[in-house]
Amino acid sequence: MNLTLKVWRQKNANDKGGLETYPITGISEHASFLEMLDVLNEQLINDGKEPVAFDHDCREGICGTCSLYINGEAHGPDRKVTTCQLHMRMFKDGETVYIEPWRSKSMPVIKDLIVDRTAFERIQQAGGFISVNTSGNTQDANALPIAKPMADKAMDAATCIGCGACVATCKNSSAMLFVAAKVSQYSYLPQGQVERKQRALNMVEQMDKEGFGNCTNTGACEVECPKGISLEFIARLNREYLGASVASE
Amino acid sequence: MSTLDSKIPEGPIKDKWTKHKNDINLVNPANKRHIDIIVVGTGLAGGAAAASLAEMGYKVKSFAYQDSPRRAHSIAAQGGINAAKNYQNDGDSIYRLFYDTVKGGDYRSREANVYRLAEVSGNIIDQCVAQGVPFAREYGGLLDNRSFGGVLVSRTFYAKGQTGQQLLLGAYSAMCRQIGKGKITMYNRHEMMDVVLVDGKARGIIARNMITGEIEKHSAHAVVIASGGYGNVFFLSTNAMGSNASAAWKIHKKGAYFANPCYTQIHPTCIPRSGDFQSKLTLMSESLRNDGRIWVPKNMDDVMAIREGKKSPTELTEDERDYYLERRYPAFGNLVPRDVASRAAKERCDAGYGVNATGEAVYLDFKAAINRYGKQKAHLLGVENPNDAKIIELGEAVIEEKYGNLFQMYEKIIDENPYKTPMMIYPAVHYTMGGIWCDYNLMTTIPGCYAAGEANFSDHGANRLGASALMQGLADGYFVLPYTIGDYLADDISTGAIPTDSPEFDAAAKEVTERLEKLINIKGTKSVDYFHKKLGEVMWNNVGMARNAKGLTEAMDEIKQIREDFWKDVRIPGGMNELNPELEKATRVADFLELGELFAKDALAREESCGGHFREESVELDGEQKGEAKRNDKDFAYVAAWEYKGDPRDAVMHKEELEFKDIELKQRSYK
Ligand SMILES: Cc1cc2nc3c(=O)[nH]c(=O)nc-3n(C[C@H](O)[C@H](O)[C@H](O)COP(=O)(O)OP(=O)(O)OC[C@H]3O[C@@H](n4cnc5c(N)ncnc54)[C@H](O)[C@@H]3O)c2cc1C
Ligand code: SF4
Ligand code: FES
Repeated sequence: MNLTLKVWRQKNANDKGGLETYPITGISEHASFLEMLDVLNEQLINDGKEPVAFDHDCREGICGTCSLYINGEAHGPDRKVTTCQLHMRMFKDGETVYIEPWRSKSMPVIKDLIVDRTAFERIQQAGGFISVNTSGNTQDANALPIAKPMADKAMDAATCIGCGACVATCKNSSAMLFVAAKVSQYSYLPQGQVERKQRALNMVEQMDKEGFGNCTNTGACEVECPKGISLEFIARLNREYLGASVASE
Repeated sequence: MSTLDSKIPEGPIKDKWTKHKNDINLVNPANKRHIDIIVVGTGLAGGAAAASLAEMGYKVKSFAYQDSPRRAHSIAAQGGINAAKNYQNDGDSIYRLFYDTVKGGDYRSREANVYRLAEVSGNIIDQCVAQGVPFAREYGGLLDNRSFGGVLVSRTFYAKGQTGQQLLLGAYSAMCRQIGKGKITMYNRHEMMDVVLVDGKARGIIARNMITGEIEKHSAHAVVIASGGYGNVFFLSTNAMGSNASAAWKIHKKGAYFANPCYTQIHPTCIPRSGDFQSKLTLMSESLRNDGRIWVPKNMDDVMAIREGKKSPTELTEDERDYYLERRYPAFGNLVPRDVASRAAKERCDAGYGVNATGEAVYLDFKAAINRYGKQKAHLLGVENPNDAKIIELGEAVIEEKYGNLFQMYEKIIDENPYKTPMMIYPAVHYTMGGIWCDYNLMTTIPGCYAAGEANFSDHGANRLGASALMQGLADGYFVLPYTIGDYLADDISTGAIPTDSPEFDAAAKEVTERLEKLINIKGTKSVDYFHKKLGEVMWNNVGMARNAKGLTEAMDEIKQIREDFWKDVRIPGGMNELNPELEKATRVADFLELGELFAKDALAREESCGGHFREESVELDGEQKGEAKRNDKDFAYVAAWEYKGDPRDAVMHKEELEFKDIELKQRSYK
């Protein structure tokens, strides 16, 4: 395949940045999108130019590092995949492909296509845990049976990979889907009950502090989320938060 | 030749750990506040260690090259984690897990360590459940188990096909809690460039801030290396793109012995490569072998027809298929250990029976399982006389429930529906059993420097059983290091903070800066990947699944040559004081180019076949085991721990003789 790439280049956080055009030829449709970028970078290096910086690590859709906004969609045109799982067979020969970073003021660009997602870290640190120490004397794992449907729900929520596509895709830059996934996971489990209310309050408060926008229920996040995290968790978070705010008054 | 002191406690094996915990020194809580510990790595081993140490009161600094601790490559583990809980009441016990692990490791691991691992395995599951890890459950609400290769019990706990993710997020959440409290200082996007020794003790590290390029000095009273495995020395592996050997290699160069570098696990069920552009290989969890049957066509005509696209594998009758694992190993069948399954696939493909265009693929077929489950389900649901379509529909739903995300992953990559057409798989480099040598306390040969998780060599001998790495990482991090490190730190309670404005720190920082300058100033003509791929080719061809003296000797020379070319001709665009992924890669590949040579040297010295290490010169010549790997316990029942001497080929071997008191050495037979 031959393609024309329009790639966002930005030297550092303070640089204004802009799109550069790179033609690329002879790409296999079986290559992954990032392997296509590898080929581009090899070409740039051989031409004595600086390669395009992009985030990636596991390249199997689980670490949540890769984060490209492709032709106006977070993680590109395929559904329920991360950028690293996207394959070139999703594109047409001769197509022009726009490649940009996540855009949100809470996730500023560091260089080219790499953004700073540490806001997610701080939200997690505000309450994304169950306060239990490592002791070796915790009660036996089977002492507390958990109904399978509840355990499965918790697992569905826990599947979030923290990639930030939900934020990137939301016109309000809302992080609700991400926060909802974590809050919901623990809310389904007996172990999560003690801190349930405080957790919802603290994580939402931190989310607001980080400057993420409000959720207006457009549902765009669910569509682009590579892990299919469902909007129903946002509804659950709203209930958790409301319940907790009332209780704390 | 000096002897290594493994510091194995006295006494019967089942009492060693308890007794040791009672005997070792403790640091009182008030003093822990004045002690700093650096943990390099935030995977299961490093993440669990950092969280536990911080909970105990130590001041912890954690380092990861990713932008979040949650992205360490432990996240990618799919299949599960072992524990001797015996919830299935199938005769499992601590002893059996211990026995299986030592046997699975082909009798090349340290008994006392493995026993301890089995002993704490149950605690891991308790701990994780308490943290909110959503393990799979049965309808009654209790935890579910599956079985994994090489064993006859069902002791593997799992969370869909994302067990590593859930366990890591558990450890990460524990870390987050401590970061929030200020007990852990987290350094994301920081790469450890070297360890700093003061008076012979590990007292800190030099790290590079990967965003600004700044070279930073960090001090501590002890340093833990939990930086993962070095499978990427093969270029293509199931590791993450950034997985590297550098942290381990740097401490090796400063005095930590590197043990058994040649013990590599080549995993039988990975998605075959599809072209030159291939950047990494994707694992299909071994749990699939519970339900999938592995085969290639019996007749060469069918092989050719399939390769040319004239025939589909589904058209072949049972008679026309060679279920070679079931044929060769009737007792274990498709569940033989990984090394055995991988070599058997290679044997068939080398004989010409590979089923894709590259000739390097075999089938993993779920048809029988779909039928079996479909019938069971129909019975359960009370569907009378279900037709084939109904059975398949029900059976596929069961398979989807168990492996849905893996099947989806396969389909996205290969563009074929594995529910309908058998999966294609081929072995790929997956895990490194070798690593930094450490004693029973996990201390390396550098005082105050510890190694945990895949980075150390400790528990898996020459071959690791499935679902045991997650167990080991968490055991090291949650339950071993937090105890053993106190024994060493008890001497440091009045040392006070270690200053970084010392000649030792300055010299180490200068050395790092100069090396980076040197790399950037080569301004050659070829990319880092060019050299990495060349190294990978040599490793795969000569130091891969089957090795011989001639190939290994050649590999050592070739790797040396590639290394020399690299230092003359690599081209690294951009500068040092900015985010520069090519520079990051270059420093890692430079280390792989040294490690690769030691790897081949170690494989050459071990003139026996054991576990994942298969020497073509050492096979059984006759009897029932003809053609199988031949171990040599008389001459090689030792750990080869290499001391750095300037050039990888000049490394000096120290032997830790392995004693087997509680397990009788036997030939591994899965027939
Ligand atoms: C695809 C795949 C599937 C697997 N499935 C299973 C399974 O089902 N069951 C099982 O038991 N095992 C499995 N394994 C093996 C297991 O996942 C790993 O062995 C284990 O998770 C390693 O954990 P770790 O903590 O030692 O290292 P990792 O999780 O790899 O973490 C390494 C850490 O070190 C950091 N680091 C590395 N170098 C540096 C440096 N120079 N400076 C700073 N930081 C650095 C990284 O940032 C990272 O935080 C699987 C492995 C793979 C690759
Ligand atoms: S909710 Fe989905 S899109 Fe958002 S961070 Fe999690 S996985 Fe990514
Ligand atoms: S690189 Fe890990 S999810 Fe894409």
